[in-house]
Amino acid sequence: MRDGAVLEMHGIYKTFPGVKALQNVDFTLRRSEIHALMGENGAGKSTLIKVLTGVHIKDGGDIFISGHDKPVQIHSPQEAQKLGISTVYQEISLCPNLSVAENIFLERSQGLFVNWKNVNRQAQELLDSLGIAVDATQQLGSCSIAVQQMVAIARAVDMDCSVLILDEPTSSLDESEVEKLFVLMRKLKKDGVGIIFVTHFLDQVYEVCDRITVLRDGQLVGEYEIESLPRVQLVSKMLGKELDDMADIKGETSDKPVRRGSPVYEGRGLCSSEGISPFDFKIYSGEVNGFTGLLGSGRSECVRTIFGADKVTGGDVMMDGQPVKITSPREAMKNGIAYLPEDRKRDGIVGDLSVKDNIILAMQVKQGFFKPISKAKAVEYANEYIRLLDIKTASVNTPIKSLSGGNQQKCILARWLLTHPKYLILDEPTRGIDVGTKVDIQKLVLKLASEGMSITFISSETDEMLRTCSRLLVMRDRKLVGELKGDQLTQTAVMNTIAGGEKNAKK
Amino acid sequence: MPKNKLSDLWGTISRNQILIPVAALLLLAFFNLLADPTFFRIYLNQNANGDPVLSGNLISIIDSGSELAILALGMTLVTAASGGQDISVGAAIAISGSVLLRVLCGADSRSEEMQAPIIVAFLIACVVSMLFGAFNGALVAYFKIQPMVATLILFTAGRSIAAWINNNELPIVKDPSFGVFGNYIPGIPIPTPFLIAILCFVVTWAVMKFTTLGLYVQSVGINEKTSRLNGLNPELIKLMTYVLLGLCVAVAALIKVSRISTINYSVVAKDIEMDAILAVALGGNALSGGKFNMAASVLGAYVIQFLTTTLYKFEVNATALPAYKAVVVIILVVMSAPTVREKLTALTKKLRSSAAQNT
Repeated sequence: MRDGAVLEMHGIYKTFPGVKALQNVDFTLRRSEIHALMGENGAGKSTLIKVLTGVHIKDGGDIFISGHDKPVQIHSPQEAQKLGISTVYQEISLCPNLSVAENIFLERSQGLFVNWKNVNRQAQELLDSLGIAVDATQQLGSCSIAVQQMVAIARAVDMDCSVLILDEPTSSLDESEVEKLFVLMRKLKKDGVGIIFVTHFLDQVYEVCDRITVLRDGQLVGEYEIESLPRVQLVSKMLGKELDDMADIKGETSDKPVRRGSPVYEGRGLCSSEGISPFDFKIYSGEVNGFTGLLGSGRSECVRTIFGADKVTGGDVMMDGQPVKITSPREAMKNGIAYLPEDRKRDGIVGDLSVKDNIILAMQVKQGFFKPISKAKAVEYANEYIRLLDIKTASVNTPIKSLSGGNQQKCILARWLLTHPKYLILDEPTRGIDVGTKVDIQKLVLKLASEGMSITFISSETDEMLRTCSRLLVMRDRKLVGELKGDQLTQTAVMNTIAGGEKNAKK
Repeated sequence: MPKNKLSDLWGTISRNQILIPVAALLLLAFFNLLADPTFFRIYLNQNANGDPVLSGNLISIIDSGSELAILALGMTLVTAASGGQDISVGAAIAISGSVLLRVLCGADSRSEEMQAPIIVAFLIACVVSMLFGAFNGALVAYFKIQPMVATLILFTAGRSIAAWINNNELPIVKDPSFGVFGNYIPGIPIPTPFLIAILCFVVTWAVMKFTTLGLYVQSVGINEKTSRLNGLNPELIKLMTYVLLGLCVAVAALIKVSRISTINYSVVAKDIEMDAILAVALGGNALSGGKFNMAASVLGAYVIQFLTTTLYKFEVNATALPAYKAVVVIILVVMSAPTVREKLTALTKKLRSSAAQNT
């Protein structure tokens, strides 16, 4: 093993039926470093991590861990844990109804009897030492997601880990929470832990990481010091082609759509049971607009009201100048509205069903109970969109849950495109998916708009919205506080409008 | 390379969920073949009315398994949509059968003639049975009560409701034309219950083919939130599955009551709910809901009946029967558990690859 390395993986192979998930991949993690593992969806990041944590068993290659002179065999997550490899997954796998302390000591209960006072004290000490501001006796479910995430890390660290894997830990955190997490990561790094950081946020990689390993199509592209790899190069290495994608998109937006006629959708005084203040909203044919605001500002609630996903408590809706009633998803669909929800796993996919069934679902419901889409037709539709959106799947009959996040998202997108909507609402379509797919989706949005579709696009990455939207509605504290268009569409203007409230408060 | 193709075929089969009930059926058949080949003999006899009828163990299996197979259809839907089971089907059969007899016999439980056409009585029984199904379904879908707890109510009360419908009398239908549903149609040597079961399968197949019931039920069972956002009404679909199970119950009740032309409230269809649930499980369907395979459930039902008949054949004491049955069921259920199947697939893969290396 190299000096200072805590983990070395050599020539790792892993094959799934029909897919070579990993081919001859090397990976080295040093003591006291934060190492970004980057790659598009399906590049093999997750597989590599799962091999390392014993969820999958490698088909070939060697894994060395410092302190063991022979290659180690990892057959189960428990074995990985014993070797000092701990993982914190994107979805927090703790028990929300137990206390923080109970969660931390869950897996190492000391026999049948537990001295709770002791446990609580130890937990509190551990949390304090890591600078996590939380009461150990508090119920975990009542803590914010960020704190839960950090408790998960505390638990991992407490089990004497030398390798800490953070798999997309920041995808459900807002900026200040991410910052807190980074403080913790830097502290652990100082203490000598090697951290593998998997994320889709480039900013975060450049903020906190020391080195980057890039994978593509199950193969190693390379390992780089962070200073020697500018952003554009990183993106092009992940995509495998030299391409200035961002510039590409900008060019297309220059011909902003023209508004004419009556709006495709117009709502007045809309409000829902989720407690947003009544708001007005309209969108024209071929227009792309968006809701922006901080996490929890009510942007998702707005579009959920439009689609009737939450209980609609008031407001008048006109479509193409005709008054209509939309209080349920079914009515929205009948009126040609489609909605891609924010939480793909909870609201988007039907996990055990095939890619094909997931794609035809909305269209089938629209068609009605007594008009099933024939198998042949369904396969035809599915194949059409698999080709069109470049969905990577073994077959149309593969369960959707076995696809990578970006490809799942494309399937949901396909589901709605198949219904040929007049008005498409995309709530965070680019969240938690790789750069390449993000670019694909933004391009698709603009293409659809140029064909006359109206689209509302929500993203927590402001620059994505600035690139695609011609009008931005700004939300703050569940209230619509401003509208930006034309020259006003700049990062500063958005920030100022979002932050507006605080300024007033200072006066 | 034919060998490769063969192993591919084997791969497809071993992944298919219908493998478990088919394997169980073959195993039972093989066992009987070894023990006593005459087990499979089918005779042409004459029944008491002088009509030619088929008899033999196989005929007895397809005959007595009919109610269970019909119930398995509805139970599969309920399981898939609501992720739980209806344990009140036995009691519901008692109610439905009681209603049937009440309408047929009218006020006089010993009347010589039927007071209403059988079809009318059957339709009324269907409506009542579906209403009880709707009651269960509403508790599950709208009040979000655990299916087993929700149906426990009818499970507890059902048989006394059934007795109350006929003032605790045991009406007897004396007209022989009522007996055809549970016995034989004169001139046709195949038992009617089996024919009714076949009819139910065909209807179910047609419903699956010409409506979107399958997709909706699975979608709701797997992800309710997504289903709602795609325009489905999950509550209504769950309710519908319980109503459909109610329909299956009414058909099963017709057969049960027709077999003996009367009813015994405390014994009729006793414990059949457990066998119906077991049939769904033996079919490899997840009892937590989601994807389902109707044919596998039906096969599961016949496996259970095959097993019962086999045990009778070996002259296992009737009181000891459940214990023997339990042993076999344990083996079958463990074999069909997803974790075990995964391990087995991995094992066969390993064996095959090592065999490939050796050659």
